[in-house]
Amino acid sequence: MLSNRKQGLLTRRQFVAAGALGSAALAIGCKTGNRGDWEYLTDEEARILTPICDQIVPADEFPSASQAGVLNYIDRQLMRHYRRYRHAYRQGLEDVETATQKRFGAELASLSQQQQFEIVSELERQNPSFFNLVRSHTLEGYYGSPRHGGNRDAVSWRMLGLAEPPIRGRAQYDLTKGSPS
Amino acid sequence: MKRVNAVVIGAGAAGGIVAKELAIAGLSVVLLERGKWYTANDCRKDDLRNQRTTILGNAFGPEDEGNLRVWLDAKGAPHTAMASEGGYQNNAACVGGGTLSYGAQAWRYMPQDFRMKSTYGAPVGSSLEDWPITYDDLEPFYEKAEYEIGISGDYSGTPFHGPRRRPLPMPPVPPGQEFGILEPAAKRLGLHPFHIPMARNSVPYNGRGPCMRCRWCCGFACEVDAKNGSQNTVIPVALGTGNCDLRTECMVKEILTDDRGRARGVAYIDSDGHLQEQLSDLVVVSACAVESARLLLNSKSRLFPNGLGNRYDQVGRNLQGHHYTGAIGYFDFDTYDDAGPGASIAISDYNHGTPGLVGGGMLANEFIRLPIHTLDRLPPNTPRWGLAHKQAMRQWHKRSIVIIGPTQQIPSADARVTVDPSVIDKWGLPVARFSGNVHPHTFEIGEVQGKRADAWLKEAGAIHTSIMAGKPDSVSAGQHQAGTCRMGNDPHSSVVNRNCQIHDVDNVFVIDSSVHVTNGGFNPALTIMAVAYMASEALVRNWKGTGFRS
Repeated sequence: MLSNRKQGLLTRRQFVAAGALGSAALAIGCKTGNRGDWEYLTDEEARILTPICDQIVPADEFPSASQAGVLNYIDRQLMRHYRRYRHAYRQGLEDVETATQKRFGAELASLSQQQQFEIVSELERQNPSFFNLVRSHTLEGYYGSPRHGGNRDAVSWRMLGLAEPPIRGRAQYDLTKGSPS
Repeated sequence: MKRVNAVVIGAGAAGGIVAKELAIAGLSVVLLERGKWYTANDCRKDDLRNQRTTILGNAFGPEDEGNLRVWLDAKGAPHTAMASEGGYQNNAACVGGGTLSYGAQAWRYMPQDFRMKSTYGAPVGSSLEDWPITYDDLEPFYEKAEYEIGISGDYSGTPFHGPRRRPLPMPPVPPGQEFGILEPAAKRLGLHPFHIPMARNSVPYNGRGPCMRCRWCCGFACEVDAKNGSQNTVIPVALGTGNCDLRTECMVKEILTDDRGRARGVAYIDSDGHLQEQLSDLVVVSACAVESARLLLNSKSRLFPNGLGNRYDQVGRNLQGHHYTGAIGYFDFDTYDDAGPGASIAISDYNHGTPGLVGGGMLANEFIRLPIHTLDRLPPNTPRWGLAHKQAMRQWHKRSIVIIGPTQQIPSADARVTVDPSVIDKWGLPVARFSGNVHPHTFEIGEVQGKRADAWLKEAGAIHTSIMAGKPDSVSAGQHQAGTCRMGNDPHSSVVNRNCQIHDVDNVFVIDSSVHVTNGGFNPALTIMAVAYMASEALVRNWKGTGFRS
């Protein structure tokens, strides 16, 4: 994984360097589906984690987990409150990749929805502690406060029909009473 | 540092009241608090980091860094817990204590709650006892708490509560949607529903405005300061007298004693990490049930080798909280109106009087929920992830009601707080260690309460229901922690007397939920406050001006 990580760093450096050159750099950034600014995850780890999160909260008429920024949430917390889970992610994602290669001979992100579902279901059976960790973090990121990088634009709250921004300052007084002034 | 009359340790529900009562009576007071002073401006409305949902940590302390506790499971194996984890049994650490961010249910216990042993007899293996005071003794102080702190609500719908001289000072917060659904159902079942008493302004009171009915309630500091705790009522009054000095981020290390076995002050570590001594005529411990017991146990000296007040090995025993059980109901119409505080309707029909059960508990609808609370509260057999889970969130988040209540726990002497022999906190002090559990009859009562909640929801039209009644294998103390320095007349089986004075050290008082002999089938905050007013009055009455004599 170490070499992959270095690769990720290089990619980011290239991205930053290319940024000065103009719009071509944006194409590089978009190609891997991320903003090139993970705080902890490598690009490769993010590529494995994205389909797992999107199986946990798939897209329908509302965004999927990754579309709502759940990876930002997880990545940021791995530098903050979830520092203690760094090893679990590093090892867990590597194991998923190994299992995927063994079974389908391809990386998770390139598989069909059905194949990804099978891999994630297998993960739930084979390594429930890591699966439950990712499940909890994905759901927190999707349904929690936007301030932490997930639930972008409060999309899950809108999905549930909650007023956003919230209604505040509801008057409880009967303002029709009393004499007109 | 100038010697003062009183040091009060802990600026929570009780400590704030004691500081105010003593300061008004003219005593010089130092109020020490290990946490910070937050205000309404610190209401972050963070669904993942507040005092109830602590996924990303406690909003109002203590922080995870350097704060551990140890708990033993049913097999006796030790586990460490960080401050934001359930095993830590946390109550907030800040000015106001739990009352800054609580749900603010402000209940009077019922007369029987003070006489549990006389009413039911003590189950074998339990440490069930009567309080040395009665409801009638406490009634004037309940009233004082209701008026000084500011309580809204309306008990008039229930015939089960004890007599009172005055109604609550504020009407209830206007009933929400769930109240409208649950009230007629309860009446059809022959029950007596009424408006939950709450330390929350429903109308302007005490110079602050009313609740604005927002979604971020229980677990949050109130954005408009309509929730009443010690931090926005009694503590400002105490400071206003000029007699009270509040020192935050100060952790008390031990209570210091002299050669004659009397307290002479406290040693504490200040916000800069320096060890300080504050000498005083008397010391009041109001650090809540876990930390008060820990401080006494950590205050060892030649005369008190097992800790202060612990001559008969009673400090830390009888730890209890509440055993929460209930049910969730799913409806085919919207039950959610997005109006806080959500919790609004209660029954106390089931607190006492069921043959075969030693007590019971109040049942009420739950506080307003956030989406994060619904994730694992979907109908049984809902897939835990995937499209079906997402769809279930959409289907049920606004169409469910939780009825839940604090089953009164039957205490056990084996459920206790000790200090851990090896684990220390960031100040280098031995941490609290939990072992044992409450008497198992507690769980039988909880199961019955769950079925009762279920029946209420079904009568209200729930199309599916699911009972929530677990059997935890350790004490569920948490924010309702109590009992560790039991009040009693016999020094062999209690720690403090009816004035909350330690039996064998006449100038040390424990005034907080630690002294609760039993913890009622209700949220304990108002009782903590009433006991604090009562004990403060006795203390001031016995204060002789130059020294303390009982």
